[in-house]
Amino acid sequence: MHFTINGTAYTAEPDIRTSLLDLLREHLGLTGSKKGCDHGQCGACTVLVNGRRINSCLSLAVMHQDDEITTIEGLGTPEDLHPLQAAFVKHDGYQCGYCTPGQICSAVGMLDEVKKGWPSHVSETLGDVEFNDGEISERMSGNLCRCAAYPNIVDAIRDVAEAKA
Amino acid sequence: MKTFTYEKPASVEEAVGFVGAGTRFIAGGTNLLDLMKLQVETPDKLVDISRLDLAKIEDTDNGGLLIGALVPNSDLAADTRVREKYEVLSRALLAGASGQLRNKATTGGNLLQRTRCYYFYDPAMACNKRTPGSGCSAIGGYNRILAILGASDSCIATHPGDMPVAMRALDATIITLTPGGDRRRISIHDFYRLPGDTPEIETVLEPGELITHVELPAPVAGKQLYRKVRDRASYAFALVSVAGLVSVENGKIATAQLAFGGLGPMPWRDSRVEEALIGMAPSDEVFAAAADILLADAQGYGSNDFKIPLMKRTLIACLRELTA
Amino acid sequence: MSNTNSLKMDKPVPASLLDSGSQGIIGRPLDRKEGPLKVTGQATYSAEYQIPNLAYGYLVGTKFGRGKVNKVDADSVRAIPGVIDVVTDFKTFLQNSQQGGETSAPTQGVQDVHYFGEIVAIVLAESYEAARDAGIRLKVEYEEAEGRFDFEAHKDETTKPPPNNIPAHFKQGDVEKAMADAATSVDVTYTTPSQNSSAMEPHASIAVWDEDGALTLYGSYQMPTSDKSQLAKSLGVSDKKVRIIAHYIGGGFGSKLGIAPESVAAAVAAKQLGRPVKAVMTRPQVFETTVRRSNTEQRVRFSVDGAGKLTGVGHETLTSNLPGEGFFEPTGIGTHFAYSGENRLINHDLVELDWLLSGSMRAPGEAVGMMATEAALDELCHKLGVDPIDFWKQNEPSEDPEEKIPFSTRQLVRCLEEGAKKFGWSKRNATPGQVRDGEWMIGMGVAIAVRTNMLMESSAKVAIDANGRATVSSAMTDIGTGSYTILGQIAGELLGLPLDQVSVVLGDTDLPDAAGSGGSWGAGSSGSAVYLACEMLREKLAKAMGCDPEALTLKDGRAIADNRQVSLGSLVGDGIEAVGSIAPGKMEKERKQSSYGAHFVEVGVNATTGEVRVRRMLGVFSAGRILNAKTARSQCLGGMTFGIGAALTEDLVHDPRNGKLVNHDLGEYHVPVNADVPQIEVHFLEERDQFANPIHAKGIGELGISGCGAAIGNAVFNATGIRVRDYPITVDKLLDHLPPV
Repeated sequence: MHFTINGTAYTAEPDIRTSLLDLLREHLGLTGSKKGCDHGQCGACTVLVNGRRINSCLSLAVMHQDDEITTIEGLGTPEDLHPLQAAFVKHDGYQCGYCTPGQICSAVGMLDEVKKGWPSHVSETLGDVEFNDGEISERMSGNLCRCAAYPNIVDAIRDVAEAKA
Repeated sequence: MKTFTYEKPASVEEAVGFVGAGTRFIAGGTNLLDLMKLQVETPDKLVDISRLDLAKIEDTDNGGLLIGALVPNSDLAADTRVREKYEVLSRALLAGASGQLRNKATTGGNLLQRTRCYYFYDPAMACNKRTPGSGCSAIGGYNRILAILGASDSCIATHPGDMPVAMRALDATIITLTPGGDRRRISIHDFYRLPGDTPEIETVLEPGELITHVELPAPVAGKQLYRKVRDRASYAFALVSVAGLVSVENGKIATAQLAFGGLGPMPWRDSRVEEALIGMAPSDEVFAAAADILLADAQGYGSNDFKIPLMKRTLIACLRELTA
Repeated sequence: MSNTNSLKMDKPVPASLLDSGSQGIIGRPLDRKEGPLKVTGQATYSAEYQIPNLAYGYLVGTKFGRGKVNKVDADSVRAIPGVIDVVTDFKTFLQNSQQGGETSAPTQGVQDVHYFGEIVAIVLAESYEAARDAGIRLKVEYEEAEGRFDFEAHKDETTKPPPNNIPAHFKQGDVEKAMADAATSVDVTYTTPSQNSSAMEPHASIAVWDEDGALTLYGSYQMPTSDKSQLAKSLGVSDKKVRIIAHYIGGGFGSKLGIAPESVAAAVAAKQLGRPVKAVMTRPQVFETTVRRSNTEQRVRFSVDGAGKLTGVGHETLTSNLPGEGFFEPTGIGTHFAYSGENRLINHDLVELDWLLSGSMRAPGEAVGMMATEAALDELCHKLGVDPIDFWKQNEPSEDPEEKIPFSTRQLVRCLEEGAKKFGWSKRNATPGQVRDGEWMIGMGVAIAVRTNMLMESSAKVAIDANGRATVSSAMTDIGTGSYTILGQIAGELLGLPLDQVSVVLGDTDLPDAAGSGGSWGAGSSGSAVYLACEMLREKLAKAMGCDPEALTLKDGRAIADNRQVSLGSLVGDGIEAVGSIAPGKMEKERKQSSYGAHFVEVGVNATTGEVRVRRMLGVFSAGRILNAKTARSQCLGGMTFGIGAALTEDLVHDPRNGKLVNHDLGEYHVPVNADVPQIEVHFLEERDQFANPIHAKGIGELGISGCGAAIGNAVFNATGIRVRDYPITVDKLLDHLPPV
């Protein structure tokens, strides 16, 4: 099977049952994406597929051979952080760090959804969508953080969103 | 997960050609893979329909919408026409799951989402839906999220969805392609089946029949809402939910379309509730009477008894808002 | 000369070198040292080590709650492509996880099954997919036996457990009489359900044996030094033959204090196969086979005299555990010293059940104990018509009410006063059910926080190399607590180095023994070890400079004395090192040491549905020196969010028919999501505790959860007039008492 991940071409021969997450972690050494529940209940495995955030644990690798996949490793490096990665460090938007790659990938996808004007469950109206802390919290609720850095995650994302705007 | 063969047909017609007892279509996969990992679902062939040309939302000649079965939940919720004219649908979608799951879950797949009954999900426990004839662990067990309407002695599972509840309130039609190549139009009101003594059969779909579209009729006048009550602020299944479209003319309720989540094995709708409302001047008494009709046959199983008063209170508040 | 600087805390340390350091980094809100690795996915957790020739293990648990395994039928899955073998060892496999800090093996042996899901085998395969398939399909032959699965049915059959960190039973004076004589009193019973730590990283081990029979276990464990002993004993090998590596741990909250069944299963399988084995628990296995916080039933009594003074405190608790497992949830641990009153009764009794082991979860004792006592106290204040803050001003004890020893520090009333001011407590309407915001009933609640401070034996090595860079090394862990950063800050402050000139290496039992992370003792214990090592290094540097240590200034990598400045590197030759070692001493008996705080919460309760949402939340805490204002704040945010979960959503349900955990996943065991948590405010009071340790810091990781849930429940009462005494406060418990729609 052939994959494009973070702009790099990979070839692997995983079992047909292999999830996108297990492909990354067990076959390609891309262990930045985390397995917290393996059932779409925690968000630690979030990656971007063609720019959209998804749970990589609930997707078969074989179904992604034509996709552009971006993982946390593709967003930035310790020496050259993506703005969201830098904001998470600055605001302490993590503690143990295990949910963090998923949070950051999710935030990247989420900000793009906001840019497209997508509403959320807490949007007052379905017309022009406001962007505030409540919106960030709701839109990031698919990413559990048991250390509970939520307020700091909101701060980090707000920072980046405001800088962009 | 048991192993399977994988097919990737190039067309809808080719897809339905793979009909077989152990064949399952896979699109978003968010529910199917979840269940396959636990071997609750054990297909021997997966037919990948995710790249078929069914991801468009089109206007219909009679003013409605034709939604491709592969339109992701996110895109459907964000579609301008849906937001403007079918607010209840947009709201229901946004109340469901998480941003990530909505990006993957599809319209067709979401209609077929299976119950979240704890015991269905756990092969260590008896479940008639998973293993017909094995018994129901939920009756006499923990059943907080399970059914109070439409259940049977063999199964008290609830349909967990939000979108289908809105679809039911909207009188959606489900369009399929049968393995024989025929188009079928099925009203959502006829689509789901009560469990009876065959809880493993959940819809009227034939083996190998593929949902290709969902059609919404032209929008109706009046207010729309979707209200979901759950155990945390987000990312949880409904305890109860209400999808409502109500219009008031000259001080009287002119139209009412109400569907309910969290109550039964299917998105619930009861025409008697709407009949009790139409033609009446909105009042708390009228609302309470309608709620009583809805819940007349409701039965709790212990840990879900609270859903009966919860539903009544929620419905009254929703009707108040819809007629305000 | 010994290269170890040891200190037993037999005396206070009035002056800490941290207050006279010149680098100015201690306490500052510096970013985490390992932050860039974590946010880029480069921090390596246990299951992520790239080990050649690895076999995948899938753990197999029982589908019954009590009985005996007759046979694990390996042949039932051998034909599945990719399967290598099925390994079981009825004697060696762990029945239970071990409790934290023990150096013996936990209860072993799995042929007799004591709870639902007990791990009895591990299936090995060339791929994870094959191992999982075979693991689910593996046939296990068994006989079921009658079990005790229903707390309600057995709660009258109790045993008195052995002492834990507090005695099971304690009595002073006569509570019955105090209650009888009281001007006002409350006598109420609160219950809390079983809970699960739900760290985001599931328990995971990779076991690698070398040719010399030595085991390296990459394991997600909070206390590697004692975990190593537990593992060695379990496997029947010498401690010297076991090494645990845990550089990054994806959360623990108590669930990874002691070794869990996957470690021994992986080690046994790796030995038998002659190749490395990786065993990662599925999320349901984390719920079913690691450790839970016990459910509790707590009777709380308070009596006051006519002047409003506390005269009696009763706190009697039932908790549950497996037969023979002595651990009891010490719900009364905070009650012993938080509340004044001469007449006292604090008892814990165990109900033996065939449920998963109960053990430590964040703030064992206070976390759920104070949910009862602080709610009961609110009930008392309501009955008295007294504001809780005024009540505390009148009833604040001047010394430990049982030991009659002074508190090392106690700024509880200041926490309450500061918090009240910042939160706007004076705007609270003390009459419940008066404030509405549309459909939402609004209420405010307050509760205190106390958490016992502990010091544990711990050591660390600090070295300065020829380039003048320092390296701190210890078998201490960072489970998200900030250890990497604060240990670097302590060393940097004392050696005059900016944080980026200090490397910190943790999580490896080849490094000096350490207490690990648990019980909020990590920073105080390992931080003191680093302090002591640095103290010795300062002496060495002073000697090299030819001055007294007191005359030496260390700043920005330079040593300064007598108008002379030299770089550190030039003073140390090929490098110098020292080991610091701290141990508890008389101070823990002579002073009552605890951290304190106050929680303020505003909730909205939906008048239609009973849904509760926390709208505002503020905590003021005093915990000695704050070593890093950023990571300390985060610890409090985390604890307070656990408090939201405990108060409103978390309820681990045991099926009374077989003990099975019904909601054994993150979909149905509801930990708070982002939308459940407001932008919490955290404040710290300035404080030093010279009786605690030489760095004057106390534990902070568990203070935030202590009392928090009660503040939420008290706010719900203030909003609605409804007192729910059965946590969590879910819609079903409020519904019948809400006003008509």
